[in-house]
Amino acid sequence: MSIKVSQPNGWTRRSVLKTGLGTAAMAGAPMFFVRNAHAFTNDPSNGSSVILGFNVPQTGAYADEGADELRAYQLAVKHLNGEGDGGMMNTMKPSSLKGNGILGKKVEYVTGDTQTKSDAARASAKRMIEKDGAIMITGGSSSGVAVAVQSLCQEAGVVFMAGLTHSNDTTGKDKRKYGFRHFFNAYMSGAALGPVLEKEFGNDRQAYHLTADYTWGWTQEESIKNTTEGLGWKTNAAVRTPLGAGDFSQYITPVLNSGADVLILNHYGKDMINSLTQSVQFGLRDKQVNDKDFKIVVPLFSRLMAQGAGENIKGIFGTTNWNWSLTDEGSQAFVKSFGAEYGFPPSQAAHTCYVQTLLYANAIEVAGTFNPCGVIEALEGFKFDGMGNGATEYRAEDHQCFKDVLVVRGNENPSSQFDLLEVVQQVPRSQVEYDAAIFGGELGACA
Amino acid sequence: MKIFKLSRNDTILMLGFAIAILLMPIWLQPIGAAYPDLLQKFAIFGLFAIGFNILFGLTGYLSFGHAVFLGIGSYTTVWTFKLLSMNVVPAVIFGTLLAGLFAVVIGYVSLRRTGIYFSILTLAFAQMSYNLAYSVLTPITNGETGLRVLRDDPRVLDGLFGVVQEGSPVGNFFGINMQGYPGFYFCAVVLIIGFFISLRIFRSPFGLKLTAIKSNQNRMRYTGFNTRPYLLWAFVISGMYAGMAGSLMAVTDPLAGAERMQWTASGEVVLMTILGGVGTLIGPMLGALLIKYFENIFSAFNESALHDMFSFLPSLLENLMVTVVHPFVGDGWHLTLGTLFMVIVIFLPGGLVEGVTRLFKRRKSDGVSAKNPGPES
Repeated sequence: MSIKVSQPNGWTRRSVLKTGLGTAAMAGAPMFFVRNAHAFTNDPSNGSSVILGFNVPQTGAYADEGADELRAYQLAVKHLNGEGDGGMMNTMKPSSLKGNGILGKKVEYVTGDTQTKSDAARASAKRMIEKDGAIMITGGSSSGVAVAVQSLCQEAGVVFMAGLTHSNDTTGKDKRKYGFRHFFNAYMSGAALGPVLEKEFGNDRQAYHLTADYTWGWTQEESIKNTTEGLGWKTNAAVRTPLGAGDFSQYITPVLNSGADVLILNHYGKDMINSLTQSVQFGLRDKQVNDKDFKIVVPLFSRLMAQGAGENIKGIFGTTNWNWSLTDEGSQAFVKSFGAEYGFPPSQAAHTCYVQTLLYANAIEVAGTFNPCGVIEALEGFKFDGMGNGATEYRAEDHQCFKDVLVVRGNENPSSQFDLLEVVQQVPRSQVEYDAAIFGGELGACA
Repeated sequence: MKIFKLSRNDTILMLGFAIAILLMPIWLQPIGAAYPDLLQKFAIFGLFAIGFNILFGLTGYLSFGHAVFLGIGSYTTVWTFKLLSMNVVPAVIFGTLLAGLFAVVIGYVSLRRTGIYFSILTLAFAQMSYNLAYSVLTPITNGETGLRVLRDDPRVLDGLFGVVQEGSPVGNFFGINMQGYPGFYFCAVVLIIGFFISLRIFRSPFGLKLTAIKSNQNRMRYTGFNTRPYLLWAFVISGMYAGMAGSLMAVTDPLAGAERMQWTASGEVVLMTILGGVGTLIGPMLGALLIKYFENIFSAFNESALHDMFSFLPSLLENLMVTVVHPFVGDGWHLTLGTLFMVIVIFLPGGLVEGVTRLFKRRKSDGVSAKNPGPES
């Protein structure tokens, strides 16, 4: 005998469950969110100004780079608004910039601190988009942050002009339709550095990697490994170190007894300053291993880091995107106008951020609209010159810029406190180019 | 039902809280905080702090590693997104439960000690988890880069129900995308439920026992009362709150990074609770509002924004004001927060809530002749 328990209003437990599941399934059915084809995020057409979001690290391991990036952005805004001497706006070819803002609207900006953390960077970018009405986000001095913010910008429908990010992933497996990178990447560093390393150090070497443990470090380690192993070098070990570790002595001690004769530091910013200084203090550079002089290589170099590391960088090889000592017209115009504003030459981070801002503004002028889809179209495949790196192209397939890469060496006899890097070779674009398909990833669509 | 019965005062408190939270997009407008991302943060960290307060406020056990549960909640949620479904309901449930499970383990070990030793133990666990997530467990957590939801993840349940994902995947509540304002309202509703549960705990015999442990645990033990299960429960509940908050973080922004587990994140929730008022119902929420407001709004003031702000002054005075104020805003927002924290701890040990009650008392005593001051609440 069974008793059927029923609620006063006729609902049984089973029927409640059934209805609930049914409703859930119905509500969970495909819902297509169609965005209005004409509207886009933060359309500035009705306002008198256009707002750009500068999202840079102001605290953390990359704070020095961030501060310099911000200076460059402020300079770019000045130039776009027709103040100052115009800098690279005068040397950029082809250029549609008029020096009256963007499409006649005054350029304004908001800033945020990424803290070199993905979470903080995304929160800060979201604030700029949701509250301040920024139409473009740019900056970042860490590839982890750049990748995180880039995918956020894709979701929000806002163009992201990457600042200093060197990981292959940014325009490789994590590339996005809304993201663009002017800076070079780890693959190019490897390709450019290879022949120079072969010439200087020979084919019989054993390398030991210390690698910053995140996307940039991983891809740089991989790219450099591929290059050096191609030369016939052996890779002794590759040790990952946390970002912003501060003290690297525990990682350097094992190098001494590993039998390796080259130390490759896949570090950047303050990390690189610390690890290099400590390596030198541990006497690595004075050592003889396998009857050869012990060598240190820092694949990604910058003048700011050289400044921080002082004496220790002398004679050390690396690559850089740009250096202020270049003598072309564009570089000189930029160095002059940056120097007049701040009293010292710009870093490569400043250079890439400045160029990115100008390129974005120019793309809007070319497209004649603020609509990101139009801007993206104008940027894809855009060929330009006079921005300090010679003839450059924004490849349409992965939104990566292709240009010459500089192989540099720490200057043995600096003529000034800023003359720290000596350009060993300007590696032509053709030598560092690669097929866009090798890193996978897909751009997605412009919504 | 009996469980929903509240005293008159509590009903008012509950209603007032719910209304204040749901209307945040309106009343926060004048101070520039009413945009979805920050509102979501308010709700999420409010929940985190309210949960933390159940442990710290009631039992007096200062956990310095609560961020670990935040991180576990986030990671679990993102993994649920990746493997099962972009629907947020299973994600939040799994995130909360797994955080609870970890809380049982960490709590069981840490609660063998009290005072500073307990704090250090929890801190050690948190740092351990942080470093694990950062390096050793990279295959699960994706290290410093952070765990993200990708388009080609399996998502078994979504596949089963034929849910099609357009564009980049975002969390949804049966079809409503959990970003922007819908995301905030989802968090707000969870927060209100969380607040209600916390209110019930504060008013329950269980809460009373916890307060008794806080005032004198030895005496409790002498009476033959085994305190440990109660402490463990309090620890687990507050761990689950933290896990839920972590889940919500991943719900509104499908990304989980190890830095959520860092000791700074654990310290932040302690600050929130102390700033607002330890052991008070509403205090932690106030603290969370204040700190998140500082972090997001104050840090964004740059020099040009300051010049705009003081542009009504003559230019010499304007420049002077900008020079004076500048170190306290922008990247110097920590300085302002630190100063404020010191002021509050020194002059208002009971936090903002004590400040408000003192104000009310003064007003009362102005009208009525002053009676004996009531016991501090």
